[in-house]
Amino acid sequence: MVRGSLSFDVAHLLAGSLVLVSFMQLYQDRLYALLNIYALHALVLAASVAWQAFVQDAPHLYLTAIIALVFKAIVIPTALHRIIVRLGIHREIETVVGVGPAMLLGMGLVALSMVVMLRVTAEADPLAREDLAFALSVVLLGLLMMVTRRNAVSQVVGFMSLENGLVLAATGAKGMPLVVEISVAFSVLIAFIVIGIFLFRIRERFDTVDVQALDRFRGERR
Amino acid sequence: MANYALYSVAVLLALAPIAVVLAASPSASNVIYSACLVVALVLCVVGVISLLGRTSSSVTLPLGLPWLGAHFRIDALAAFFMIVVNLGGAAASLFAIGYGQHEQAPERVLPFYPAYLAGMNLVVLSDDAFSFLVSWEFMSLSSWALVVAHHWEHENLRAGYIYLLMASFGTLALLLGFGLLAGANGNYAFDAIRVSHPSAALAALVLILALIGAGSKAGIVPLHAWLPLAHPAAPSHVSALMSGVMTKVAVYGFIRIAFDLLGAPEWWWSMLVLAAGGITAVMGVLYALMQHDLKRLLAYHTVENIGIIYIGLGLALAFKANGMAVAAALALTAGLLHVFNHSIFKSLLFFGAGAVLNSTGERDMEHLGGLIHRMPQTAFVFLVGCVAISALPPLNGFVSEWLTFQAILLSPQLPSWGLKFLVPAVGALLALSAALAAACFVKAFGVSFLGRPRTPAAATAHETDSNSLAAMFFLAALCLVAGVLPGIFIDALAPVTNALVGTSMPHQTGLDWLTIVPIAESRSSYNGLLVFIFVTVSGSIAALGIHRLASDKLRRGPAWDCGYPDSSPVTQYTASSFAQPIRRVFGTTVFRAREIGEMPAPGATAPARLTVELHDLIWDYGYAPIAAFVGGAADRLNVLQFLTIRRYLTLVFAALVVLLLVLAIWP
Amino acid sequence: MMRDYLFQGLQMLLVLLLSPLLTGLVRKVKARLLRRQGPPLLQPYRDLVRLMRKDVVLAENASWLFRAIPYIVFAGTWVAASLVPTFASGLLFSWSADLIALVALLGSARFFLALAGLDVGTSFGGIGSSREVMIASLAEPAMLMIVFTLALVAGSTQLSAIAAHMVSGEVGLRVSLGLALLGLIMVAIAENGRIPIDNPATHLELTMVHEAMVLEYSGRHLALIDLSSELKLVLYISMIGCLFTPWGIAPPNGSATEIAIGIGSYIAKLTLGGFLLAVFETSIAKMRVFRVPAFLGAALMLGLLGTLLLFVSGSL
Repeated sequence: MVRGSLSFDVAHLLAGSLVLVSFMQLYQDRLYALLNIYALHALVLAASVAWQAFVQDAPHLYLTAIIALVFKAIVIPTALHRIIVRLGIHREIETVVGVGPAMLLGMGLVALSMVVMLRVTAEADPLAREDLAFALSVVLLGLLMMVTRRNAVSQVVGFMSLENGLVLAATGAKGMPLVVEISVAFSVLIAFIVIGIFLFRIRERFDTVDVQALDRFRGERR
Repeated sequence: MANYALYSVAVLLALAPIAVVLAASPSASNVIYSACLVVALVLCVVGVISLLGRTSSSVTLPLGLPWLGAHFRIDALAAFFMIVVNLGGAAASLFAIGYGQHEQAPERVLPFYPAYLAGMNLVVLSDDAFSFLVSWEFMSLSSWALVVAHHWEHENLRAGYIYLLMASFGTLALLLGFGLLAGANGNYAFDAIRVSHPSAALAALVLILALIGAGSKAGIVPLHAWLPLAHPAAPSHVSALMSGVMTKVAVYGFIRIAFDLLGAPEWWWSMLVLAAGGITAVMGVLYALMQHDLKRLLAYHTVENIGIIYIGLGLALAFKANGMAVAAALALTAGLLHVFNHSIFKSLLFFGAGAVLNSTGERDMEHLGGLIHRMPQTAFVFLVGCVAISALPPLNGFVSEWLTFQAILLSPQLPSWGLKFLVPAVGALLALSAALAAACFVKAFGVSFLGRPRTPAAATAHETDSNSLAAMFFLAALCLVAGVLPGIFIDALAPVTNALVGTSMPHQTGLDWLTIVPIAESRSSYNGLLVFIFVTVSGSIAALGIHRLASDKLRRGPAWDCGYPDSSPVTQYTASSFAQPIRRVFGTTVFRAREIGEMPAPGATAPARLTVELHDLIWDYGYAPIAAFVGGAADRLNVLQFLTIRRYLTLVFAALVVLLLVLAIWP
Repeated sequence: MMRDYLFQGLQMLLVLLLSPLLTGLVRKVKARLLRRQGPPLLQPYRDLVRLMRKDVVLAENASWLFRAIPYIVFAGTWVAASLVPTFASGLLFSWSADLIALVALLGSARFFLALAGLDVGTSFGGIGSSREVMIASLAEPAMLMIVFTLALVAGSTQLSAIAAHMVSGEVGLRVSLGLALLGLIMVAIAENGRIPIDNPATHLELTMVHEAMVLEYSGRHLALIDLSSELKLVLYISMIGCLFTPWGIAPPNGSATEIAIGIGSYIAKLTLGGFLLAVFETSIAKMRVFRVPAFLGAALMLGLLGTLLLFVSGSL
């Protein structure tokens, strides 16, 4: 791949947009908006994977892109939408850490992942290195989202965006077999179903899904 | 040359006892300050001749340690700092000829002022560690005496106490540093230190000690706590000297150690200096924004500018360590130019604050207002100072900031990953501090000089005397000259950078239209003169054109105020209210700023109250615990004062037995 | 040589004459989107002439600084606008002030305007000035980080050099440029006081920033300040145009057809920019004052991220 060529640039642009959308997720405090941003996240992921499929001439990646588009951009957000309406929490606003410090931490994590990835993979292919760096940023930002949110649904969204980052890393590294993609996607689906069931049980039992409130019922006192 | 300098310093030292004798007479202040003015001008000329003539001269006097003597030298770096110190000193002496007439305790100020000037000059001239440290302590002690001159105010005494503590701490760090540099043989002369090559660990330790020692005197966060207490407490011309000049002498100390005496730097030293500089810059200006005492605001702002200087120095160290000499010259020139610029406009601003204090008796901005009508000339020069310090073109503050930004833009070429991480963050902090500085000075000028007078003292202010005004106008003119003709100053700094990093910036004078081109024409250039001309010409064209062609009629009427005019001047914005949005955005995390409003129930006659709480976190978590610990330890040890005779004898006996044991076991 | 002077003069005149027209266009499009007729396109010109002919009514305690500030603000903004390449790059005096100096020049204009708000000593002026410096304390660093990103891509801080680099096609679609574009649009909205930061058509105290600072101005002073804000809008749209959509700009010493294409493409970019601004302003609500720091903080982060990416890797 020639440096500075168009395919290079478009791949970077899409990976960079994914990082940007992860930042936008950190910024959101209303659940509907968060779900819409997550749908956008999955859409950008699908575009990125489709572009990689085009550039690497690997048709099975198109399938990955379609799975990302259909399941993650359409089905899951709609399902989560219905869940939060049934849980009755669609009007809540919640963060643990304020927006400002969360964004600063996010910046620091992106800088860290850039420096680490570019340093560690000094001999690898330039296109893959930088995409890997962006992918690691997306993973770290997903983790940050899980850590800084109180609402269990937001934590689930963080978990899913983390998985998107993993998919980006795998496609960027050239040659992710379809079987890996399917198994990863199924495990996420199972995890998601289990989480959904638990959310409903917790809600029925305790009337809330606020994890800080749930701590009180664990019996551990500090 | 060095001879003349030393003679002049001797004259200054002689003036001190003369001032003690003369202190009672009414013309004493005139005589002493005029003499100081003349001597400072002579020293400044000596510095200029040495710098431009690119000569270096040295003198050794048979004072001090018998096997060492006292070495003094004027090389390029010392000449530059001599100019900075004595220009500030001359301006302060001129200002004081007028200001000193109102001094309530001249016998406490007049003897120490020439001694202070002498001390600062001696630090810059010293060429061996012993005379350096002695002069440094002498400088600290004479300025301490000036800080506590108005001893009837309790806060001045507290300020002096903390100042003395921090100064001693700084000198201790420098003492250790020089001791490590001199080695076991005690080679204190700088020449001997330059040729000795310390090991990497030792050099790093010396740098850290220099950063702590010189940095605490300069005002690096977190060692800055004494600065905003001590600088405002002194009389205004001394505050100008402390903020504008003494901090620069501290920067001189750091540059002398880090760039000259330590030899080739390691790249990671620059990370320490850059981080310190960046944090200092932002914290300094945030503290300044929360103040409503004019002199304390200016003192905190000095901290910010020291941060900017250290950012330039850190970049220079990074470039020097990586062998990029031209870039190092650019960064070092940016730092040194900011040293010069800051000493000028900070002195100007402190003089303005002193003039206001003289006329109104108030330092608190919330008791001022409308002074632009009562003190028009002071207001004008203070405005020039505010525009210069906010780094706005075409004045001089912008030039040094611009050069620092150009140095930052050269940094991607640095190979180390830590710097690639740190330099963009420091660049963002620098940009943030520049924007906040402009906000700070809109507040300082707007609340004190504009608007309506908030107290009778402000309403009946009068203009200051002509000597003070002369000093201020001179400094304002210098701000403009340094802003529109920066090439001259950059070229004058060439010998300094040559000596410290091995090369200098490209020659600036002689370029078309007096532009400055720091790196290459294709990269960037700036022409302050043209910008100034363009702005003045377009403004004048607009004014003339509109007055001729449209209308030039003017009527006066009451203020519109959206139809709700309020005759009480208390309803206009105060300093705290002006800073409220910024306090809410930045102060909530940095200072744990909270606004507590107490509203009585409707119908109750009790007044409503709004309290703003600010916590100085560095004091609460840094200084206060240390002070508490020292106090606690001292209380415990105090028991030793009250032992019985038998217990004292036991102590002596135990010490003797331990020493004999050591002697027995020692191999 | 003569030609260069002529072009510089033409640029200065062009931005001055086009700025009220751009404001008129924006107002007209906003009105049409709200199903109103809206004022005629040339109305801002008429407003300026009308204001210039009126007497100035000054508050009794306004100072000489208050009277001088409109001229200072206008001069600063006009000089800055004259240095942004519009239809031709390689302006005669573009080397006298680079992008950093331009940002600082706009900063001085804002400094003086904030002082004007405090001069008469009313609480409205104080509100405007304090909010304006809060917005500036975040918008200016964001702008500087964006300038750094552009300078690191193009290897220079001179606007003409950056524009020439962008036109030359060696650039490609870089991530850091995308971030810089987004950040510049956010900063441009904040600096020009458009919705969602400030409402240029309001006189309610809760929603004012710029209008509160200039509340006491009247007559020719107010005309100059209005003209300065219009010039600032043209400046920012020209800047975005020449940095991110530089196609059509005539090279230095271009032929007459290239110049004509340059002027045509510039007018097209202004029209498109004005139209998009009007659509954006109509489709979004104004933010509460204390949500503005989050908005501008995001712009600062975008600039910082762009700079960081360029420090870390030359091809991003």
